[in-house]
Amino acid sequence: MSFITGVGLTPYGKHEGSSSLDLMSKAAELAIADAGLKRSDIDGILCGYSTVSPHIMLATVFAEHFGIHPSYAHAVQVGGATGLAMAMLAHHLVNAGVAKHVLVVGGENRLTGQSRDASIQALAQVGHPDYEVPLGPTIPAYYGLVASRYMHEYGVTQEDLAEFAVLMRKNALSHPGAQFHEPITVADVMASKPVAMPLKLLDCCPVSDGGAAFVVSREPTSETGVRVRGCAQAHTHQHVTAAPALSELGAEIAIAKARAASGVTISDVRYAAVYDSFTITLAMLLEDLGLAERGEAAARVRAGYFDQNGEMPLNTHGGLLSYGHCGVGGAMAHLVETHLQMTGRARNRQVRDASIALLHGDGGVLSSHVSMLLERVR
Amino acid sequence: MSGFKDWTTGETAIVYQSCDSCGAKQYFRRAFCAACGAPDPAEKLASGAGTVYATSLVCRAATPETRAHVPYNIVLVDTLEGFRMMAHGDNALVIGDKVTARFAQFAGRLVPYFEKVS
Repeated sequence: MSFITGVGLTPYGKHEGSSSLDLMSKAAELAIADAGLKRSDIDGILCGYSTVSPHIMLATVFAEHFGIHPSYAHAVQVGGATGLAMAMLAHHLVNAGVAKHVLVVGGENRLTGQSRDASIQALAQVGHPDYEVPLGPTIPAYYGLVASRYMHEYGVTQEDLAEFAVLMRKNALSHPGAQFHEPITVADVMASKPVAMPLKLLDCCPVSDGGAAFVVSREPTSETGVRVRGCAQAHTHQHVTAAPALSELGAEIAIAKARAASGVTISDVRYAAVYDSFTITLAMLLEDLGLAERGEAAARVRAGYFDQNGEMPLNTHGGLLSYGHCGVGGAMAHLVETHLQMTGRARNRQVRDASIALLHGDGGVLSSHVSMLLERVR
Repeated sequence: MSGFKDWTTGETAIVYQSCDSCGAKQYFRRAFCAACGAPDPAEKLASGAGTVYATSLVCRAATPETRAHVPYNIVLVDTLEGFRMMAHGDNALVIGDKVTARFAQFAGRLVPYFEKVS
């Protein structure tokens, strides 16, 4: 068995003067304290990457900087799916007895450490270096392509997609750490600057500074345990040119395997934490995961289904779209928020029942998927 | 592989590979067939005919060279020969349009550019 025993999260937005290591350290310190542990209790470290400060051995760079000497350490790189992939690996590591307390950490000064152009360029490199990148696509363009096809096949409109941006912003308004605090409407999303059609500025997550961390342990360290029930991955392609049909993407494969591994069904799930780099990402993943019928996710948003007090509260911190996206830490904030909800510590954002949660991350262009099911145990 | 000539190496051509063993078509060149692993798939010249699978009009670019072209339409085209490719296309293209390729200058090089067949 494995448990998420502590979580740490910085505010997202601008952290002028903070390095990636500073932000990782801040989050790590919070997570270790939250787990009721000391630094010396940590015997395993997994970390992501920083596009601002690339390094071939970031985990040991961080361990030295932070002042710990783990018996297991390395970095993991699966784009946006990195956070959950690390959680999955930590789960298996503690289960296998390789480590007792694995610190999982991500953080980056992506907003103030480099120009927006540099961020956009760095991320566009997930495209094929010979057959895609020379055409000048951006990450929004890769997802814009997918969006155009999804809208064509399932009758989804730009106004439908805008609903997801509005919902994430509404959630962010009640979290002091979120990057954005001004409410937006569907009309605001529709009127925002075109980026890569059909995606407009407010359909896209921002670039942020921030850090997130959690500790995965073999035993719970407090009365309320958050146990990993099961998790699974699927990787169908890297480049959007080589992606399978919309009905054969990895989210459906990963969730089917995670359900089998955990014995949990979708009707058991009470809280959802789903990757939302763009509005289209969230719409598609909700439908792929079975949290809405094909083409129906937006209608469920309008009906309040995903609201804090709805049947399936979703990304109550505001998600990547409005809490912010600092790279690897971005989607780790989803897990931090889920933990707070499951342990009844989400304050004004607390939902009625978060006893079983579904988390899903996506990296590349819907290339790499990780599904995870968590359960509260007392 | 070393003498590969298509638009990615500066020629006005779209080339794909076809496996003699299993018949699979692939666009990203390799020394083997990614479907069955057989070596030396045959290189073939594509006709440039296809159907638009997806489009995204890029309005925000990240480099001075590409910014000079905005807005430009990134398209995925399902070719007549049976492989999918990314390219540029007319801004008015929509999914399902029958298209044919020419070559256009973009950010200092020639890239495939699809236009609607009338």
